[in-house]
Amino acid sequence: MRIDIADITPDRVAALRASAPQVFGGTVASRLASQAVWAGLIVLAVYCLVRFDFSPVRLWNGLGQLGAIIRHMFPPQSGGAFMEFAGAILQTLGMAFLGTLFAALFAIPLAFLGSKNILRFSPGRFLVRRGMDFLRGVDQLIWALIFVRAVGLGPLAGILAIIVSDTGTLAKLFSESIENVDRKPVEGVRANGGDPVQTIRYGFIPQVLPMFLSSTLYMFESNVRSATILGIVGAGGIGYHLAERIRSHRWEEACLILIMILVTVGVIDFVSKRLRQRLIGKATH
Amino acid sequence: MSEHTLKPGSLPAEVLARFDRLRAERRRTTVIGLAIFALCFAAAAWVGEFSLSRIAEGAPRIHEYIVKILPELRVSQFGEDMAYWFYGLPQWLALLWETVLMAYLATLLGTLGAVLGCFFAAHNLTPNGPAYFVARRSLEVARTIPDLVYALIFVFAFGLGPLAGILAIAIHSMGASGKLFAEAAENIDMKPVEGLRAAGANWVQTMRYAVVPQVLPNFASYTLWRFELNVRTAAVLGFVGAGGIGQELITAIRMLYYEDVSALVLLIVLTVTCIDLLCEKVRHHFIGKENLA
Repeated sequence: MRIDIADITPDRVAALRASAPQVFGGTVASRLASQAVWAGLIVLAVYCLVRFDFSPVRLWNGLGQLGAIIRHMFPPQSGGAFMEFAGAILQTLGMAFLGTLFAALFAIPLAFLGSKNILRFSPGRFLVRRGMDFLRGVDQLIWALIFVRAVGLGPLAGILAIIVSDTGTLAKLFSESIENVDRKPVEGVRANGGDPVQTIRYGFIPQVLPMFLSSTLYMFESNVRSATILGIVGAGGIGYHLAERIRSHRWEEACLILIMILVTVGVIDFVSKRLRQRLIGKATH
Repeated sequence: MSEHTLKPGSLPAEVLARFDRLRAERRRTTVIGLAIFALCFAAAAWVGEFSLSRIAEGAPRIHEYIVKILPELRVSQFGEDMAYWFYGLPQWLALLWETVLMAYLATLLGTLGAVLGCFFAAHNLTPNGPAYFVARRSLEVARTIPDLVYALIFVFAFGLGPLAGILAIAIHSMGASGKLFAEAAENIDMKPVEGLRAAGANWVQTMRYAVVPQVLPNFASYTLWRFELNVRTAAVLGFVGAGGIGQELITAIRMLYYEDVSALVLLIVLTVTCIDLLCEKVRHHFIGKENLA
């Protein structure tokens, strides 16, 4: 469609404005309301800056200190504990692996119970879902602290923390994939006389398994990152060494640990991304 | 496609052979995968000091601890028991408010940084190669180092308190959102960008009038999600002395004020849930507007 510039007369614009006012932007009231919201957000931000003492002097002094810390960090040194750090990194990976694995195993039945197309009984589904929300609502680090109190210092507390907090997350992700399955293969198996077990085995599993594995790998990546800090509260892994080096101002060793964490996370992300692409690729062909 | 009539037992031999070969291949992959998996499991259990006996040993203690932190609530005097359980409510609510404000300011600062960074870190928009490289790498480092580690370091540089926590969350958010923003910016329609360039706009004008209108709804949605995550993080930064409710929680856990632990955890979960619901409302509001336009 061609519009000639000459056709756009004030009369025509006025007619269009009368027939379709929403195209010309909000009404005065809605614009005022959105401006009021923005003003409120800015006032709140200024209030926060004042309340939390973001004074230029304090920031300047802090940045000076930070500069000194960073200068101390280079060159990174092991202080003779390189093997100890490497062992702790492996322990971190082990914690993330076991935590994710068990969380996935617990999440599978819960996910089926929390899916609309499996469990029609809605109060039961509601209970399962709210329970999962609670597990996810409490941060992993809080679970870690609680488990450190309950089972003592060490990686077991960290593994348990990962299991508890991630069962909720994975169950949610899994039940989303279950609810998104294509009904046709399921009905096909049923129409050919498949019993319920066969329906799940040949109707659901081939569709959801790659999605489950992919979500689990994704959570594993995320858990490797979060497992590095569980040690700060004593729940095993490299975080313990890092927190201890920072607290005792051995910056060059802390820096080495940070570099080791960056490299590990990078490698895990790369490998896991490759695996996930393969799994998803298999699912779509 | 040509039509085939397949009767059981009448498949051509080469089809059957191909099927057998594919199946054997598939099974081999599965067996190798399972073997690698078993090896990883054994190694993880070894380095993670994980065994059934330790679980069996720990389970009763976990149960015992949970029983201890749960309050005693009697129906006959429910009001008094609740008042006793939440005796610190006014102080806790003040700390929760501080936690939410910390998350708000940190999200704001982090998002500002991410918005600036993402235009350099999106390969279709970046002004030049070195800027792209520097922006990508800095965002990567900013998001890979956990917020708690930044908090530990900043507590030394800026002193104990919320300032260190806010800066820690802000830097981590900048890295995480910056990456997502850059990805969103890489997926935009390039025609408006070319149009503005052809009309002689400079880089800033191109970003403002061709890119920002396209990515704004995406950015707003990510930022709300980031705020939800940051509230969770702000609630635990107190563990290392960086402000918020976490300080109170770690004291309660360390000093064995059992019932305080459950009260604080409950309050944190309620706050996080309220923030999540609120953000969802706002997000739907944004999406609704998008569909209208």
